[in-house]
Amino acid sequence: MKRQLPLSLVFIFGVFMIIQYFVPHESSEWIFEFLLDWIYIIGIFALALGIWSLIRVSWDKIKYRKDNWQYSLVTLLGLFAMIVFGFDYLRNFQTAEGLQNFMFVHFFDYIMIPIQATMFSLLAFFIASAAYRAFRARSILASLLLIAALIVMLRFNPYFGPISPYLEKTASWLLNVPNLAAKRAIVIGVGLGIVATALKVILGIERAYLGKD
Amino acid sequence: MNIFDRLMSIDRRWVFLFLALVCVVIYASDISVKITVTDEVRKIYNFTDNLKPGDVIFVAIDYDPNSLAELHPMTYSIVEHAWRKNLKIIFTSLSQNGPGMADLAIRQISDSLAVPQEYNGVQYPARTIVNGEDYVFLGYKPYPALVIVGMGQNFRIPFPTDYYGTPLDEHPMMRGIQNYDQVKCVIDISGTSGVDMWIAYGQTRYNFPLALGLTGVMAADYYPYLNSGQVFGIMGGMLGAAQYELLADNPGRAYDAMRVQLFAHMVIILFIVMGNVGFLMTRKRSKL
Amino acid sequence: MESMTIGTFLWTALGAFLTLCIFSFLYKDNPLYKLAEHLVVGVSAGYFVIILWHNGLVPNLFSRLSDGDFYFLWLNSSKPWYLIPSILGMMMWTRFIRKWAWVSRWPMALYIGIATGLAIPLEMKNRVLTQLDAAMRPVDWANFFGNGYLDPISGYSHIIIFFGTIAALFYFFFSKEHSGVFKGVARLGIWILMIGFGASFGYTVMARISLFIQRIQVLEDFTNVAWGGSGAFLLIWFITFGIFVLLSIYEFIKYLGRPRNA
Repeated sequence: MKRQLPLSLVFIFGVFMIIQYFVPHESSEWIFEFLLDWIYIIGIFALALGIWSLIRVSWDKIKYRKDNWQYSLVTLLGLFAMIVFGFDYLRNFQTAEGLQNFMFVHFFDYIMIPIQATMFSLLAFFIASAAYRAFRARSILASLLLIAALIVMLRFNPYFGPISPYLEKTASWLLNVPNLAAKRAIVIGVGLGIVATALKVILGIERAYLGKD
Repeated sequence: MNIFDRLMSIDRRWVFLFLALVCVVIYASDISVKITVTDEVRKIYNFTDNLKPGDVIFVAIDYDPNSLAELHPMTYSIVEHAWRKNLKIIFTSLSQNGPGMADLAIRQISDSLAVPQEYNGVQYPARTIVNGEDYVFLGYKPYPALVIVGMGQNFRIPFPTDYYGTPLDEHPMMRGIQNYDQVKCVIDISGTSGVDMWIAYGQTRYNFPLALGLTGVMAADYYPYLNSGQVFGIMGGMLGAAQYELLADNPGRAYDAMRVQLFAHMVIILFIVMGNVGFLMTRKRSKL
Repeated sequence: MESMTIGTFLWTALGAFLTLCIFSFLYKDNPLYKLAEHLVVGVSAGYFVIILWHNGLVPNLFSRLSDGDFYFLWLNSSKPWYLIPSILGMMMWTRFIRKWAWVSRWPMALYIGIATGLAIPLEMKNRVLTQLDAAMRPVDWANFFGNGYLDPISGYSHIIIFFGTIAALFYFFFSKEHSGVFKGVARLGIWILMIGFGASFGYTVMARISLFIQRIQVLEDFTNVAWGGSGAFLLIWFITFGIFVLLSIYEFIKYLGRPRNA
């Protein structure tokens, strides 16, 4: 029951979904839609695990006064504040009015957006610093990478006089020919890998998802 | 430490400062830059421009605030173009913070359409965008692959109601719309791996015309799909957004940012060249 | 109107303040950055809970279990079998209880079986078959040299794509030793891959810079809301840079004055 039933379930449903793709009969479509309907609900419950994890970790830090425990308080306050606003000050659990709540929308627009966008904008500086420190023409391969990057970065630069239109066309050719060939090979390789791994999971060869007993 | 060693070991905070200074000074200046439009963006514009009033398109806003800079201008220019042409739009959002981005975009674009404008010599009167008639926002569900497949059967399977809690059948626009077959195209504006799901589980299975709006980090990886015809157009990063804005005669934030991009790239290239000059001269000295 | 303007100013000021808190990390890690970081983690998690509830559980589960007048009287529901996926979903929560963690394998097996079964035919068609088909299209001999300088739809470009793809696939084949002709083809493959990665890097730089430019645009919006005009915008940045430069000089002087080892 602990291992055999899950492995059997994976096999049965996996094979069914493969056959369903090739058999568009009404009854197989009906079962397919029925399963999809269920899986959305199961998936939502699974996501609650992550939220519970966050609450537990933050609470532990506050309870045992670990390093920087005060920031965990900020985390939990932010979490519960959004929940209160999202349920329209805990007045509305059944309708989606909380999604239009003034504070809920403003917290998203003026806290989440600025912080998340700015965190990623730091990458602009880190990429400049990383390119300066690590992007060295140590070998022919590194030089090839460097030259391709420089051409793509300069593609719309008008300050190179008569060379500028040729830079643009070279960049376009690089993206549509050698880049395409390279990425196509990667896509094919990844596709074969996905199919092989999926088959291993369905046949019970790959069992890492079961965890330990 | 000689000059070449110093060239390779400048404190990174000076690099940050110089880059930020250049970006701010250029932004505050009046310099303008001409950009040209690539085929992959032009195809998306032409497709949308050739649709008839009343046609329905599907726009998937699958990005979080961290990709706002590149993808929000794309959303803005495409959706405004579509609504100016009286197309109807079904929105969805398959990324975690995407619903907020979609809601923000719908609010902002609806406000901008309340003013008459002229684009490419055509006068567009002011109009009010009505939920249920001009657009339906389906909302969010987790596990994009399964949601995309479910929508291919019927939009009502994953989304019995829209984002605001209204049953889909109560929207006049959704009468007669079952799945992707009734939609002219799908435009996925994504900063996540959800775009792979749209191609594999959506376009491959249900064969609808698909266009992509991607972050610059991802754009180069999807050219194989453009070449194979699985995708009919790609907008890559802020440059793609600027090109669409140019085509729609609606220059906005992306177009305005291109001049800063140009000089920022030159700064980064300068630092790369400095580092390489230092490296090559140091290597030459050590060989001697 | 006056209170709306003040409200907008305060909210925009909050956004600008949090933006600068995050930017302060460029100098060094500090309490303001940590505060903003932890705040966004909590707010994002709370936002996700609400979205899952209103967009997920209410329409897909609770509405179907409450066709009757009273929300909790699910016996009135015309679709009571929807209790089964909710029980399966709750079984996932046993993952946190060591003694009962095995129970969570059942709903997980259902999900994994469906996902892997869906993936096989679609990924095979999408990533392998369609791509191979596109690579093996006939060469346009009539347009072999293309139209002008470096035409990506010319015949020779198509040949480069075909052989480039094969060469790159040769490089990734590690079941055979890379020697002789195989090694030569694999070497060509890695060259093609390096050009591809270089193109990706060029695009990545553009992407990252875009993120910063958008923050500048937003901070300009803030100064327009607060004071109007680009003069105030430049003044704010001048002060910010000035603080950054002074702090950098202070750190440099500290570095010069550090105790040296004997």
